[in-house]
Amino acid sequence: MLRKRIIFTLVYSDGFFFQSRNFRIQKVGNLNWLEKNYKFDKISPWIDELIILNVSRDQKNIKNFSVDIKKIVKDVFIPISAGGGVKTSEDAKQLFENGADKVVLNTILKKHPDNVEKLVSKYGSQSVVASVDYKRLDGNLRVYINNGSELLDEHLDDYLGIVQDLGVGEIIVNSIDRDGTGFGFNLEEIDEIKAIVNVPLIVSGGAGNQYHLHECLKMNGVDAVSTANLFNFVGDGLPKARKYMIEKGANLANW
Amino acid sequence: MNLVIVDYGIGNLRSLINAFEYIGIEDISISSDLNVLDAASKIILPGVGAFGDSIKKIDALGLRDILIHHSLVKKKPILGVCLGMQLMANRSEESKGSEGLGLIDADIVKLSASDKVPHVGFNQISPNKNNSIYSSFESQPYDFYFTHSYGMQCEDQIGQSYCDYAGGFIASFQVNNIAGVQFHPELSQKNGLNLLRNFLENR
Repeated sequence: MLRKRIIFTLVYSDGFFFQSRNFRIQKVGNLNWLEKNYKFDKISPWIDELIILNVSRDQKNIKNFSVDIKKIVKDVFIPISAGGGVKTSEDAKQLFENGADKVVLNTILKKHPDNVEKLVSKYGSQSVVASVDYKRLDGNLRVYINNGSELLDEHLDDYLGIVQDLGVGEIIVNSIDRDGTGFGFNLEEIDEIKAIVNVPLIVSGGAGNQYHLHECLKMNGVDAVSTANLFNFVGDGLPKARKYMIEKGANLANW
Repeated sequence: MNLVIVDYGIGNLRSLINAFEYIGIEDISISSDLNVLDAASKIILPGVGAFGDSIKKIDALGLRDILIHHSLVKKKPILGVCLGMQLMANRSEESKGSEGLGLIDADIVKLSASDKVPHVGFNQISPNKNNSIYSSFESQPYDFYFTHSYGMQCEDQIGQSYCDYAGGFIASFQVNNIAGVQFHPELSQKNGLNLLRNFLENR
C-alpha cells in the first residue's frame, strides 16, 4: 500500500532559517542553530521528506543556497526537494547537483511556463514539484506568487488545472492565511483542492501539533502533509508526532 | 572492492555517493571512463529523467557495449537504480524507438492511471528471498521510496518482487549478477542502506 508522508519544510534565506507567519518571516537561527535543534541525521528517520525553500527577498543566490543544502543533507537518506527563485534549467541543475532530488517551482509556473515544460522533459515529472500559495479573498481562493506579494487573476481552481497541464509531478498547496499560525489546516479548503488535483498532493500551512497532521493526512486525496513550524516541532517534536500517528493507525512507512 | 557508479551526465548522484560513504565504502569511482569500468568489481547504473535521453547519452559515451560486456560476459555484479533499472530492459513506452541495453528480457510501460501517476512515496514490497540483494531481509513487507511514471513488466521468472500499485509492476529483479530496483535505496532510510550493503557484500 502506498504510504502517506510527513514532510518537514525549512525556510531559508542568506544562511539563516526562518519562522514564517502569514508569509512574514522572522529569523530563528543559522546552520549551527539548526544543527543544534534539528539534527537531521537523527530526525530524518521520523520524517519522509525534507523540503528546503529559499525565500530571500532580493537576488536569490542559488550558489550559496546550494552550498548550505549540501551541508544539511549529509547522512540524510530521504528525498530532498529544494526551490525558491528557480528561473532556468541552469538554476535547477545547480540544485540537483548539490543534493536536491526534486526542484520546487513557484513564480516560474506563471512567468515562464515554457521553462517549466523544459524542466519536466529534461528531468521527468517526478523531479518537478509545483508550489502554489493561496489565500481567501472576498470569499474566493486566490493565488499569489513572488513570496506572496503578487496576486494573480486566475482563481486557485483554474490555476491548479493550468499547473497540472505543465506536467509537474506533485503539487504543494500552501495556505497564506494559516501559514505559521499553528491553528491547524483548513480542511474545508483542502476538500475543494483535492477534488481538482490528480497528481500527488502535499498540504501545507497551519500545522501546530500532531493532531493537525493526523486529521489532514487521514483525508482521501491528501498524499502528504508538511510543516515548516520550527518552534512547534523543535527537539523531539517530529519523532513524537510520528509515533502518535502510527499508534492512531496512520498509513505511514516503517523502517 | 572497486565500486563504480556509472556517470553519464544525469545530475544528482549525491545521495547514492553519500549512502555508500555512510556504509563505509571508500573506493568509489564516479566515472564513464572505459578503463575505470574495466577495473570495476561492482557497478551501479543510476538514472533519473527520461529513458530516451539517457540511452542517447550512454550511446554517445560509447558505454552500451561496455556495459553489456561487463554484465553479460564478465558477469560483474551490476545494480540498476530507478531509471537505471529501466535502461536494462529492451524498450520503454516513454521513448518509442529507443533501444534499451537488453540486459534483461523485459519491457517498460506507462503505469496505469487506476492510481495517481507519478507513483510517489514509500510503498511496500515483499522481498524475493532468492535474491542476494535481499539476503539480510526477513519475508515481511518492507517500505521503499518510489518516484516514477513507468514500470517494468515481464512474464518470465526474473526473481521479481511486485509492487501493488497502478495495476502492479516489477519493483525489483535479480538474475544472477544482474539486479535492478525501481525504488531508490539511497532515499529509503535503513531499508535502502541494508539493500546496498547486501549488494556490496554478496557475490
